[in-house]
Amino acid sequence: MTTTAPATAAAACEAAALEGGFALYVHWPFCLHRCPYCDFNSHVRPRLPQEDFRRALLAELDRAGAETAGRTLDAVYFGGGTPSLMEPATVAAVLARTARWWRLPAEAEITLEANPTSAEAARFRDFRAAGVGRLSLGVQALDEAGLRLLGRRHTAAEALAALERAAAIFPRWSCDLITARPGQTEAGWRRELLRVAPLLGDHLSVYELTIEPGTPFHRLHREGRLVLPDEERRLRLAAVTAEVLGGLGFAPYEVSNWARPGGASRHNLVYWRSGDWVGLGPGAHGRLTLGGRRIATVRIRRPEAWLRAVAVRGSGEESREALTPREILLEGLLMGLRLAEGVSLARLERLAGLPVAAVVDTAALEGLVAAGDLVREGERLRATARGRARLDAVLAALLR
Amino acid sequence: MTDLARIRNFAIVAHIDHGKSTLADRLIERCGALDPREMTSQVLDSMDIERERGITIKAQTVRLVYEARDGETYVLNLVDTPGHVDFSYEVSRSLRACEGAILLVDATQGVEAQTLANAYQAIDADLEILPVLNKIDLPAADPERVRRQIEDIIGLDAEDALLISAKTGEGVDALLEAIVRRLPPPRGEAEAPLRALVVDSWYDPYVGVVTLVRVKDGTLRRGQRIRFMGTGAVYTVDRVGVFTPKPREVTDLGPGEIGFLTAGIKEIAHARVGDTVTDDRRPAPEPLPGFQPSHPVVFCGIFPVDTKDYDQLRESLAKLRLNDASFVYEPETSAALGLGFRCGFLGLLHLEIVQERLEREFGLDLVITAPSVVYRVHLTDGTVRELHNPADYPDPTRIVKIEEPYIRATILVPERYLGAVLELCEQRRGEQVELTWVGSRAMVVYLLPLNEVVYDFYDRLKSVSRGYASFDYQMEGYRESDLVKLRILVNGEPVESLSMIVHRRMAEQRGRAMCEKLKELIPRQLFEVRIQAAIGSRIVASERVRALRKDVTAKCYGGDVTRKRKLLERQKEGKKRMRQVGKVEIPQEAFLAALKVG
Ligand SMILES: Nc1nc2c(ncn2[C@@H]2O[C@H](COP(=O)(O)OP(=O)(O)O)[C@@H](O)[C@H]2O)c(=O)[nH]1
Ligand SMILES: C[S@@+](CC[C@H](N)C(=O)[O-])C[C@H]1O[C@@H](n2cnc3c(N)ncnc32)[C@H](O)[C@@H]1O
Ligand code: SF4
Ligand SMILES: [Mg+2]
Repeated sequence: MTTTAPATAAAACEAAALEGGFALYVHWPFCLHRCPYCDFNSHVRPRLPQEDFRRALLAELDRAGAETAGRTLDAVYFGGGTPSLMEPATVAAVLARTARWWRLPAEAEITLEANPTSAEAARFRDFRAAGVGRLSLGVQALDEAGLRLLGRRHTAAEALAALERAAAIFPRWSCDLITARPGQTEAGWRRELLRVAPLLGDHLSVYELTIEPGTPFHRLHREGRLVLPDEERRLRLAAVTAEVLGGLGFAPYEVSNWARPGGASRHNLVYWRSGDWVGLGPGAHGRLTLGGRRIATVRIRRPEAWLRAVAVRGSGEESREALTPREILLEGLLMGLRLAEGVSLARLERLAGLPVAAVVDTAALEGLVAAGDLVREGERLRATARGRARLDAVLAALLR
Repeated sequence: MTDLARIRNFAIVAHIDHGKSTLADRLIERCGALDPREMTSQVLDSMDIERERGITIKAQTVRLVYEARDGETYVLNLVDTPGHVDFSYEVSRSLRACEGAILLVDATQGVEAQTLANAYQAIDADLEILPVLNKIDLPAADPERVRRQIEDIIGLDAEDALLISAKTGEGVDALLEAIVRRLPPPRGEAEAPLRALVVDSWYDPYVGVVTLVRVKDGTLRRGQRIRFMGTGAVYTVDRVGVFTPKPREVTDLGPGEIGFLTAGIKEIAHARVGDTVTDDRRPAPEPLPGFQPSHPVVFCGIFPVDTKDYDQLRESLAKLRLNDASFVYEPETSAALGLGFRCGFLGLLHLEIVQERLEREFGLDLVITAPSVVYRVHLTDGTVRELHNPADYPDPTRIVKIEEPYIRATILVPERYLGAVLELCEQRRGEQVELTWVGSRAMVVYLLPLNEVVYDFYDRLKSVSRGYASFDYQMEGYRESDLVKLRILVNGEPVESLSMIVHRRMAEQRGRAMCEKLKELIPRQLFEVRIQAAIGSRIVASERVRALRKDVTAKCYGGDVTRKRKLLERQKEGKKRMRQVGKVEIPQEAFLAALKVG
């Protein structure tokens, strides 16, 4: 035995990661106001430090680029917060700088998240010119009561107008909707979906409202002043979603995501397929497979502290930890089983260097297959529609 | 050594809250035993739990020095007694160290159930009884009425009952005089071979076992070789002393005196309560009459929440037992709860106190199974088996009959609540023995199955009488009953730790209550969970927990992976705290809460 064996294992591991894709995520941590349900890393500031941010993001990019140089990007994603508040020039600068380290092919997916207010819609053209090819619009609801309940600062009409504008400007566009809201009826939800239907692009995310610790909704919920729909109601709402979206040619390729053929989010697929991604900006997470180790990176959350750290040491990284093989398997399964396509166990084992049986309870697996929650197809494991609807419980039973 | 004529040994007996601890504080203060800086209230209740609950659990004693009006100095030994029915055994043995007792009655409340029970114990122990009416500072005090009650119900002459306020100190000087004049001095022979009664013993981490004794004859001194006549154990005395209430060493203890000894005793079993200490070189021919040993009447399983804590639980139980000989334990294995112990207690309060000490002093998380009494099962082969655990219930075809323990309960209750109290007793399969009137209150005596009392009888009694009923009981032997084993099944699998023995008449109702409670407590799983209560193969109640069909489908992107993974890992940790019954996972809390239903 010489040094070649570990080198081969490391190479196998890296290759397995890159089969899942390679992407760049850029976090913009500012919003005009905080929505009461949202726990994203987002802050409200009277003046946005546009210049400082541009410089800092580029500095972080150079750091990350140096350790992953030569890779090919499948996707770039500007998320938030509200990245439509960024100066388009910053977006352009970041995209331009990628060339210093990576290949960014013409077909790579470049997405920006936007809020559907008229002010932001006015800048869509500039974002397109900066290189953004896909817009993800936070529509959330299409009736006024729903928007008010969610504390949104735009009307349904504004959202539809923004969508119309996005459709005219971007080759691809998506929108986010929040369902299972307090008091929501099936008929109302159907009306909302039908209202947005003519303006849908190739992709749509439908999230059930979750109550996140530390948000105003959390307190209201605890005090019983905000009551979520029960399971029965949520099932009926989900049936409406499936019926309407199915009729429009969308398929549920992930637990909360729908796409027309070819419309799946390349960027988010990198997460679900346990690929590698660089995470830049305050609070961004990343996964990098380097020298046979899979590394989880986390950046400082507070914008000011992050800026300072980047100014001082060229990076706002707060922690960098190698995942254990068990952790790699756990993440691979919990992300991969969200996808309709399931997960390749063979690839996960190459990535982790550990048999999947180390974290999976085989008896439970058989039980879940027999019960119709999971299916084994050769070396792939996938959750059925039934299993994906209750994936948290399925995972809890599956893993040991 | 103190002159016998100058010693008075006495206890204060009272219903709870009638002011015993407060009076003890006043007496200690008057006799200058502690300087005022050291006086915290209720100095005799030494353990944390006691202070919090305001009850006295372990008998304590304090030696007071009192200068009487006749110019003589007297040694007064005040023996404190526990105030709860679970510990009536400890009351009786404390009384054995005394010649007299103060019967303390709250002049605003009058005679209560424990006043009666304790007064009878004092009468049985042949003590001189000094009736004392307390709380006369309160406007609601009605000494005349209470005096009549003492005469009518207890049959004691209360003509010369003293009137005091333990709170303000009024009448306490007169009481001290009365103790000296009206209570008899002890008798005993200084020259006879040593005989000292072991009143109590407890484990002290620094000096080993501390033994509280009452010397009847002879002298106990430092350096003496002593023998415990019951166990035969021989030790050399390190130290003799008295409690003032702080421990203070003395050179010897003579007849009539009460004090402690230490002798490097490692095991409390060698200094058994009720045993007689004698001089090994010059032993007494006969031991003193001992006590009836206390019998545990309530049993339950105690299991660690985390199976890793089993060894620690075992050690903690052993340590607790060092201080509390009245509770017993043995290993028990349960399919659902794993390794644990079957423990016996004097009553429910005793059980709670032990549980609390285990959790507080030893930092253990525990699962306590349903309390059960001791049944006697007569089998077809002619043998009789004692059943401490419903899990050991034999095959019904082998049972000829089952007997269960009964108690004789005495309840005093204002007329207004009598109806509700009678109804409660009837519901609990009670049989009325007596109903008499004490002024405007009824005194009812019921024979009740202990099984019906161990669950929530106290709580129910308190609530139906708005707290005005008082209650005491004594054991009343065994009686045949129509008892069945009620089993709980989860998806067809019996859960032994939830099974119980109940009267046939109550079985259905108990089964229903249990199923309903479990339905609330068992989280939804990937499949439907059926919960059933059964007698033999007959299902008497059933509920179902519907299968979980839908989680909340939230987003899960790059920033959520770590959080999601950690959540899963925590869930897996949580799973370890779950008990597996077949495929069903039941949280420990479900066991705990379900058992409260009884
Ligand atoms: N007003 C008044 N309250 C008293 C008197 N003696 C005791 N108490 C109060 O009665 C309650 C119970 O007293 P405690 O000594 O703990 O009773 P124990 O349970 O018999 O030991 C406490 O709140 C005391 O402060 C008294 O003479 N007068
Ligand atoms: C970074 S946010 C959206 C970007 C943009 N700032 C906006 O609000 O339109 C991504 C998406 O997460 C979803 N989201 C945020 N908090 C949520 C919650 N508590 N429950 C369900 N969905 C939530 C919303 O649909 C939101 O569009
Ligand atoms: S939902 Fe969007 S706009 Fe609202 S606080 Fe969150 S990130 Fe900002
Ligand atoms: Mg007290």
